[in-house]
Amino acid sequence: MSTSYDAIVVGGGLLGSAVGYGLARQGLRCTILDEGDVAYRAARGNFGLVWVQSKGIGKPIYADWTMGSAERYPEFSTELLDRTGIDTSYSAPGGIHICLNDEEYEDRVEKMSTLTSHQNGRFKHEMLDRKAMLERLPALGPEVVGGSYSPHDGHVSPLYLMRSMQRAFVDLGGEIKNDNRVLDIQKSGDGFSVRTANENFSTARIVLAAGLGNKALAPMVGLEQPVRPVKGQIIVTERQAPFLDMPTTHARQTGEGTIMIGDSHEDIGFDIRSTPQVMQTIANRARRSFPVLSKAKIVRTWGALRVMTPDGLPIYDQSETMPGAFTAACHSGVTLAATHAMVYAKYVADGQLGRELEGLSVRRFDV
Amino acid sequence: MFKRVINDAIADVVFDFEGAKITARSGESVAAALLADDLLSFRQTPVKDLARGPFCMMGVCFDCLMVIDGQPNRQACQVVATSGMKVARQHGAAELNIDQADPA
Ligand SMILES: Cc1cc2nc3c(=O)[nH]c(=O)nc-3n(C[C@H](O)[C@H](O)[C@H](O)COP(=O)(O)OP(=O)(O)OC[C@H]3O[C@@H](n4cnc5c(N)ncnc54)[C@H](O)[C@@H]3O)c2cc1C
Ligand code: FES
Repeated sequence: MSTSYDAIVVGGGLLGSAVGYGLARQGLRCTILDEGDVAYRAARGNFGLVWVQSKGIGKPIYADWTMGSAERYPEFSTELLDRTGIDTSYSAPGGIHICLNDEEYEDRVEKMSTLTSHQNGRFKHEMLDRKAMLERLPALGPEVVGGSYSPHDGHVSPLYLMRSMQRAFVDLGGEIKNDNRVLDIQKSGDGFSVRTANENFSTARIVLAAGLGNKALAPMVGLEQPVRPVKGQIIVTERQAPFLDMPTTHARQTGEGTIMIGDSHEDIGFDIRSTPQVMQTIANRARRSFPVLSKAKIVRTWGALRVMTPDGLPIYDQSETMPGAFTAACHSGVTLAATHAMVYAKYVADGQLGRELEGLSVRRFDV
Repeated sequence: MFKRVINDAIADVVFDFEGAKITARSGESVAAALLADDLLSFRQTPVKDLARGPFCMMGVCFDCLMVIDGQPNRQACQVVATSGMKVARQHGAAELNIDQADPA
């Protein structure tokens, strides 16, 4: 005997938790299957930015999708707070990208005007000179020449975000089953049968949201998922009195007061070790941006794997050969959580992806 | 409350704790010397302002944080007491003083 569901979400990371919550919110009987603590989980090692000003430069479709999620975030986080009492520490004071020389500044001017041209005025930003930067972030160091500010940006505690989505999901009757690595998916009747390391399930719909695990799972429903790991390393300092009023691309101060420093990219496979060289590089950039940080003690460092697609944009598909099966993969699962729960999950429940997602199908890589 | 198990080491280290003179055996940590002197509250937490003191005495819990020789958030259980040290409780989060920053 296998338990039967309206929908199964494979993967209990940020993407799977958001989609699961979104489905349960619409009244679907739903379970999330996760492989458990052995997993490589981006969801537990990320930086926590809800970030608009770097997303979709030259790719309007992604810029729009990201903006939609940022716009929904206030409502989304309030809804989670009301349902679960968990405060995700979401705040959107705007965000800053710091430029340490003229070349970086010129490059930023160009990128920001490209983003502006995509969105007919929806995307707002200001280029700030050194003086204007110091007004917003007095702790900036002498090497900073300027930067870009966007009011759409913000940050959130990624762990509380996960916890609140999962709590809300369970409160709505959803089930989270750990130690259930999905091994096989078969078409059966109008739906699917799913075999995991522990149990068998049947379901009307299935969403593959297993991060890097999607690469092996997607072919089971007749799709491809060309994702690869890109490592990022993060440094966390001890708690400090508030000194950074808004997040920046490389450093942010959390609600509890710790400073997170990050934004490294290494294409080196399934390796999550933190290494002195990379930590030095990211610490150096943070220290040049905020010299006071050289006084802060580091309490933790880690590495985690991004779920990277060939062009960096998310991939959303529905299977043609096995209707009712969906795949999703993205590398900005924090930023996109609101839209995954409030928009994408509706498409899954309706059995039809929205037209705006056509350009984000894996078919874009076919030549 | 805490008693030294081995009491024959020479008490020749003297440091300052918020104006009081504390004697320590050579090789003792700041936390051990202060616990032996009946201090229980070493710091106030940054978020809820609650009193905390050493819990693990082996460098993992970060509940023994103090200001030692002007440096905030030192783990008192990991710092060997030396004569002339100045020790104070850590009140809340450390302040990063922007005006005193070393230029990069
Ligand atoms: C260093 C770093 C910094 C980042 N910073 C940000 C940021 O600031 N802002 C932002 O928006 N995003 C950021 N991200 C990206 C964000 O964390 C990811 O986009 C997001 O976590 C992806 O979520 P996911 O659920 O797809 O994957 P994951 O979190 O990796 O979760 C996948 C889950 O699938 C499960 N799984 C895998 N295979 C199977 C299987 N066969 N059966 C069952 N379960 C399976 C795993 O157990 C895992 O729990 C960052 C990522 C990293 C690594
Ligand atoms: S007592 Fe635990 S770190 Fe010092």
